[in-house]
Amino acid sequence: MKRLPELLREIRPEFDFTTSKDFIADGMLDSFDLMTLVATLDKTYGISIQGTDIVPENFKNLETIENLLRQCGVTA
Amino acid sequence: MQINVIEYFENGALRKCPQKLAVKDASRECTFADLERFAKNCAALILKRTQARNRPIPVFLGKGAENIVADMGILYSANAYANLDVKSPPQRLQGMLQNLEPEVIITSAAHAAVLRGLQIPEEKLLLFEEAMVGESFYDNAALLRRIEPVIDTDPYCVIHTSGSTGVPKGVALNHRSTIDFVDWAFDRLGLDGSEVMGSLAPIYFDAYTLEFCMLLAKGSTWMVVPDQLAMFPAKLVEFVASNPINFIFWVPTVMVNIANLDLLAKTRLDRLNKVFFIGEVFPTRHLNYWRRHLPGAMFVNLYGPIEITVACTYYIVDRDLDDDDKLPIGYPCRNTDILILNEQNQLTQVDEPGEICVRGSSLALGYLNNPERTAKGFVQNPLNPHYPELIYRTGDLGYWNSRGEIMFLGRRDFQIKHMGYRIELGEIEHAVLQVDGIRNCCVVYSQARKEITLFYECDRELPPAFIREKLMVTLPKYMLPTVFHRMELMPRNPNGKIDRQKLVASVN
Repeated sequence: MKRLPELLREIRPEFDFTTSKDFIADGMLDSFDLMTLVATLDKTYGISIQGTDIVPENFKNLETIENLLRQCGVTA
Repeated sequence: MQINVIEYFENGALRKCPQKLAVKDASRECTFADLERFAKNCAALILKRTQARNRPIPVFLGKGAENIVADMGILYSANAYANLDVKSPPQRLQGMLQNLEPEVIITSAAHAAVLRGLQIPEEKLLLFEEAMVGESFYDNAALLRRIEPVIDTDPYCVIHTSGSTGVPKGVALNHRSTIDFVDWAFDRLGLDGSEVMGSLAPIYFDAYTLEFCMLLAKGSTWMVVPDQLAMFPAKLVEFVASNPINFIFWVPTVMVNIANLDLLAKTRLDRLNKVFFIGEVFPTRHLNYWRRHLPGAMFVNLYGPIEITVACTYYIVDRDLDDDDKLPIGYPCRNTDILILNEQNQLTQVDEPGEICVRGSSLALGYLNNPERTAKGFVQNPLNPHYPELIYRTGDLGYWNSRGEIMFLGRRDFQIKHMGYRIELGEIEHAVLQVDGIRNCCVVYSQARKEITLFYECDRELPPAFIREKLMVTLPKYMLPTVFHRMELMPRNPNGKIDRQKLVASVN
């Protein structure tokens, strides 16, 4: 999961994702970004994030996204 | 005889139900009587700045009561609204504003900063907050006199769409084309004011035109779905379920997501009785999912480019379709004629593909300040050599099936539909070529994966973040490529042009 900040940077190069505690509230991710992010995560980690998991709580910050990835079976 | 779209309001909702809830957004609830006061105040403020008529007035506001008030105010001032995307990158916004040549721009205290950043002089900015106050400061008789000379071929609004040369085109629609479509829709689609709309369409889309007119004429309630919910399909469905929404007019992308996630099994949307969609092909498998979960609802597929005012054909889903059947775009709307023309400009036979062309009052006035493009799209009807008569060539391919329905096939050029947005791949390529180091490029779309893919020629690999950062200055988010391939040299045709077909094949 080391690549996560890097993947986010590719989607929104202008933000520092390591400092924000809430990407959604801070307006760092919009609907296009989120769709791109989910597709990127699926592809990068070979997983399939369920629609019911695409909720704001899971995409707040690096920690919550990492938790989600772990639930999806990503280990490293 | 109705001439002006704002008459829908004067003779419709304002008389019928002044105290009814008209608009509900994240921060406000307004009745129709409130809207009258705000909108006429707004018109009075516009007229203090300018006495011009039939000019586009940009609206640089978020979606909600404020943009409704601005659009109505502009109509009362006998001008045409041009709703802009507040998320437009600065360079694109600049391009649109230059084309609109506005004397006044309606914005808010919060959004004005962006316009000031583009060196728009302070005296051109009109803040909607000045209009949305408790008191009335307009002269009603003067406003009604003001709109009296409007004729129905005067401009009603300007809607921007992607332009292949790198600058968006502003489609100028008139009152007549709008009333022509809207009156048909009210009648044929049974819209009577009982609708509570769950509005998701951006205000710079033409789907908004129908919602706006339902509000003005019928007194339907316009409930704005909060922007953020579009990101989270599960939350979106919950929002519809927990509000009295019974009508939606959405793009299929969102509805396909909901179907793929099987969200309607978990949350019932029993109130929803009209489900309209437009803007792209709705895969039948996903439509069937919706129909299974909402057996009593009316499903309507509407088709049409902006240039013919919202829609020119419609299909009320009236029979069971197999998942692999294609959904028809159906029949011409009343007072619209569809010509499907082959390469020789002759009418096609059943099952013979050709270009979908449109004839009737629904045609737009043309592209603002762009006579060349206007002359290319709006042309003399090749079947009529006798008197001047324009048709609009959509660039879409289709055919009549044996049932007498029109079927959509695709594009004859490089325009795509991505998440409901109409995009010219040429506009993206134009922006990519501004990036230092990129010698050549080709942008293709993967229909299956819904990905915009960029192939570029460059001496070295450029980080995707770097390319996106550069493109974000000119392109809106929905136009940014998400897949990047560097090539030493692009594949070429024998005649030396980039072999687009080969690249398209490689992503599909």
